[in-house]
Amino acid sequence: MEILLQQIINGLVQGSVYALVALGYTMVYGILGLINFAHGEVVMVGAMVALVVIKALLASALSPVLVLLLSLLAAVSVCMALGYGIERIAYRPLRHAPRLAPLITAIGVSIVLQTLAMIIWGREYHAFPQLLPNVAHSLGGAVINEVQIAIVLVAVLVMLALLLLVHRTRLGRAMRAVAENPAAAALMGVNINGVISTTFMLGSALAALAGIMVSANYGIVHYYMGFMLGLKAFTAAVLGGIGNLRGAMLGGVMLGLIESLGAGYSGELTGGVFGSNYQDVFAFIVLIAVLIFRPSGLLGERVAERA
Amino acid sequence: MNLLEVRNLKVSYGGIQALKGVDIDVAQGELVALIGSNGAGKTTALKALAGLLPSSGKVHYAERSLHHCATHQRVRDGLVLVPEGRGVFARMSVEENLQMGAYCRDDKAAIAQELAQLYTLFPRLAERRAQLAGTLSGGKQQMVAMGRAMMSRPKLLMLDEPSMGLAPLMVDKIFETIRAIAAQGISILLVEQNARLALEIASRGYVLENGLITLSDSAAKLLGSDAVQRAYLGV
Repeated sequence: MEILLQQIINGLVQGSVYALVALGYTMVYGILGLINFAHGEVVMVGAMVALVVIKALLASALSPVLVLLLSLLAAVSVCMALGYGIERIAYRPLRHAPRLAPLITAIGVSIVLQTLAMIIWGREYHAFPQLLPNVAHSLGGAVINEVQIAIVLVAVLVMLALLLLVHRTRLGRAMRAVAENPAAAALMGVNINGVISTTFMLGSALAALAGIMVSANYGIVHYYMGFMLGLKAFTAAVLGGIGNLRGAMLGGVMLGLIESLGAGYSGELTGGVFGSNYQDVFAFIVLIAVLIFRPSGLLGERVAERA
Repeated sequence: MNLLEVRNLKVSYGGIQALKGVDIDVAQGELVALIGSNGAGKTTALKALAGLLPSSGKVHYAERSLHHCATHQRVRDGLVLVPEGRGVFARMSVEENLQMGAYCRDDKAAIAQELAQLYTLFPRLAERRAQLAGTLSGGKQQMVAMGRAMMSRPKLLMLDEPSMGLAPLMVDKIFETIRAIAAQGISILLVEQNARLALEIASRGYVLENGLITLSDSAAKLLGSDAVQRAYLGV
């Protein structure tokens, strides 16, 4: 029973991170029909930038909360600029190219960013300093610490804010209009390129936030960390129905739970043949199952078009 | 000076020239019809004028060149297109569609007032303001598309086949609305396959064939001309 509760807590925390990253995939797909495979690398850059800022300010007399907020601000700003630049340089020239071209370019951008990060920050694992006292609380036999509580709360608040933005504001209406019919949106006076840039920047801001969350939770930052996280968040977006915001949120949380419960029980159920180190397998079993049985995802309406 | 002056407008798709040098004028407050058979290049002409297609030639609108002017900037200057097939946002409510029309405006009070006026003009839309536009009938979608265009305060409204696929009663209703819009002093460039209806409400007309203007005259003369009667009016 304690194991079950503990795995649910772990799953919710990890799922919150997946959901934030999945939103970036799904927003870009919704508006351009493009899988931005470089998105996971934006998460990594966010974590790295935050680490640089924290290390620089750690010796200063600033309060830890302020240091954390400054590192967040820096990570979000850098990632927004990065997201803007990726779209402007790598995707916009291919807007009218066959769909395979931007997809391959996306993989290329991902490799370039990974390699650049490796050159700048090296191949080693970096410890992500613990800024605030991370008190652990006991909850029905399971343990949840304050960083984990903060991750879930912030993720929920940010996702609510995003839904409000998309459904209640002029910018959000323009985003939905471009997603549905770009030509008709232009005929309303919407600057399509502006909306696309804004979408990339919003998704990248969420990625930066997710990067800090995952680093604070595990205490480790690494140039390769965006790769697997990106693939899993992409899986979450597909699970929820790519192009659908609520789907990305639901898919993220569900994937977190599936992974964590799977890892928690796989050793027991297979007599120790497959231990919790097989955790990553579950995400991709989910991806394959969704693609076979429900390619439009849980909340998706349209069947995904060909790549 | 005319509100719109088009000279030698050319558009190519791949190697095929869809418009081979078209001249069109629309004066302030004028209702001009552009008629022609399927594939003559009517929709291409309107799309090029809206900036949705790359084109060559001279387009002067409101006394300036539209060369290198993006679609959304043309809309901000009052050059508005209601596209073929209406282009309503199917997954938005009727009201959200109409608000999209006012996207470039920030005079909230005037927008609310004009929205209310629109609903009195189209009571059917008022009943369905919260309904998703994609679930409306074709005629009501055309009303949404035209209402939405009016919310952008057009100086020159371009309508592409507003009667397409509509029941005869609904066609009458739409043409009544076009007349009412023209009576407000808004210039209109109307593309129609239904040549008789278009020429009956227009003051002047152009006949487009294979990417070239073959006839241009007052609407009354076109309606009476043998060539037009034979080719487009089925007389």
